[in-house]
Amino acid sequence: MATHFIVHDKADTVGVVVVEDVQPGKDVTGWIMETDETITLKALDAVPLGHKIALQDLKTGDTVLKYGHDVGRIVAAVGKGRHVHVHNLKTKRW
Amino acid sequence: MGRYQFFGYRRENGRVGIRNHVVILPLDDLSNAAAEAVGNNIKGTLALPHAYGRLQFGEDLELFFRTLIGIGSNPNVAACVVIGIEPSWTGRIVEGIAKTGKPVAGFAIECNGDISTIASASRKAKEFMHWASEKQREACAIEELFVSVKCGESDTTSGLASCPTVGNLIDKLDPLGVTTCFGETSELTGAEKVCASRAATPEVGKRFMQVFDAYQEVINRYKTSDLSESQPTKGNIAGGLTTIEEKAFGNLAKIGRKTKYIDVLKPAEAPAKGTGLYYMDTSSAAAECITLQAAAGFVVHLFPTGQGNVIGNPIEPVIKLTANPKTARTMSEHIDLDVSGILRREMTLDEAGDRLIEVMIRTCNGRLTCAEALGHREFVLTKLYQSA
Repeated sequence: MATHFIVHDKADTVGVVVVEDVQPGKDVTGWIMETDETITLKALDAVPLGHKIALQDLKTGDTVLKYGHDVGRIVAAVGKGRHVHVHNLKTKRW
Repeated sequence: MGRYQFFGYRRENGRVGIRNHVVILPLDDLSNAAAEAVGNNIKGTLALPHAYGRLQFGEDLELFFRTLIGIGSNPNVAACVVIGIEPSWTGRIVEGIAKTGKPVAGFAIECNGDISTIASASRKAKEFMHWASEKQREACAIEELFVSVKCGESDTTSGLASCPTVGNLIDKLDPLGVTTCFGETSELTGAEKVCASRAATPEVGKRFMQVFDAYQEVINRYKTSDLSESQPTKGNIAGGLTTIEEKAFGNLAKIGRKTKYIDVLKPAEAPAKGTGLYYMDTSSAAAECITLQAAAGFVVHLFPTGQGNVIGNPIEPVIKLTANPKTARTMSEHIDLDVSGILRREMTLDEAGDRLIEVMIRTCNGRLTCAEALGHREFVLTKLYQSA
């Protein structure tokens, strides 16, 4: 079975799309590397190769976890299956 | 001889190089024309033009001398001709390189002019080139190898696979006594506490945090925004990286899962605590970072890229790997090792690490890297502040 996205840690709230054809409505399969588990969800946006997909609903102010660590804060609410990038996630630094 | 060995050039001071360059090194920007003329006259030599060397002072001047002397002293350099506008600083570079025992000679342009200087320096360069061209490689133990790492135009595939592949190599080679080096102070932002915890002792971790905090002060002094115009870079963002914190955790994967760094080096400072992993305070700009690592005596470089940074270095071969299948397809002439199979679960990280060790040893034995074949010779000195 194709792996459409990869998640570093079980605790992460985003995964990384690793194929070039994730379109809205597509059922996608993810691999959690830390625990070697498989998860599935429905993509609601086109998410390019290398870009992040939300694994749960995230609201403004939420901390995004990747690698099991804080990688920034949500600045515009984003639903599960949607594209997470510079339009809704910002650094807490500088 | 253990499981891994390579064939290198043993230098007068015992260090081992994997290339056999005769370098024509200008002291300053004014001497670039003469250095390039000598490099053109004598085939088999390599001129290294650069932008600096005039009216620098203080710590910035010390870094300048440390960098140029370090480049000439690198074991990938068999012999060196130094050309400067005046004899005093030219002599300082020559004396520094001469401590390695390798052939080195200096020429000054003042009172001679370019044409006469080029003639004298060309004769010496020809003599050095003939001498160096008869050097033979010999079998060397893996613990004689100095390996530096730095990633560029990273994307999320860097953190998923290509940086962890380098980390896997480091975790395998560190116990064998290889000397390795990572840097990129600004690109550890967000992961600095995890990085501090990877120091071999609390004292080393504390020194890392001092260097990190000093860099943050520089950024705070000069920044006009949250750096979102340059960190992450436009290429990083196109590749899916959103924040500096996210980039930092991917970056740090290059040092593996268990290896600890044993010392904190100043820019271009040679390691002096024996074999092991070292952290060096460097810029995160690829050409600056690799130039500083080459000046510290590292002879082969591992460079994971996501979106396809094409960097090379004139004296330290840069091996490029990517896990981004699109980059591997569209920029294949730049990629020495494609580890995108990890993302398709066709290749394990452990297998990728073994493949990288193999490519690295073949490169050490003489195989040219993609960057060497394409003529990438980015030689960029780090400047700390304005000149006088």
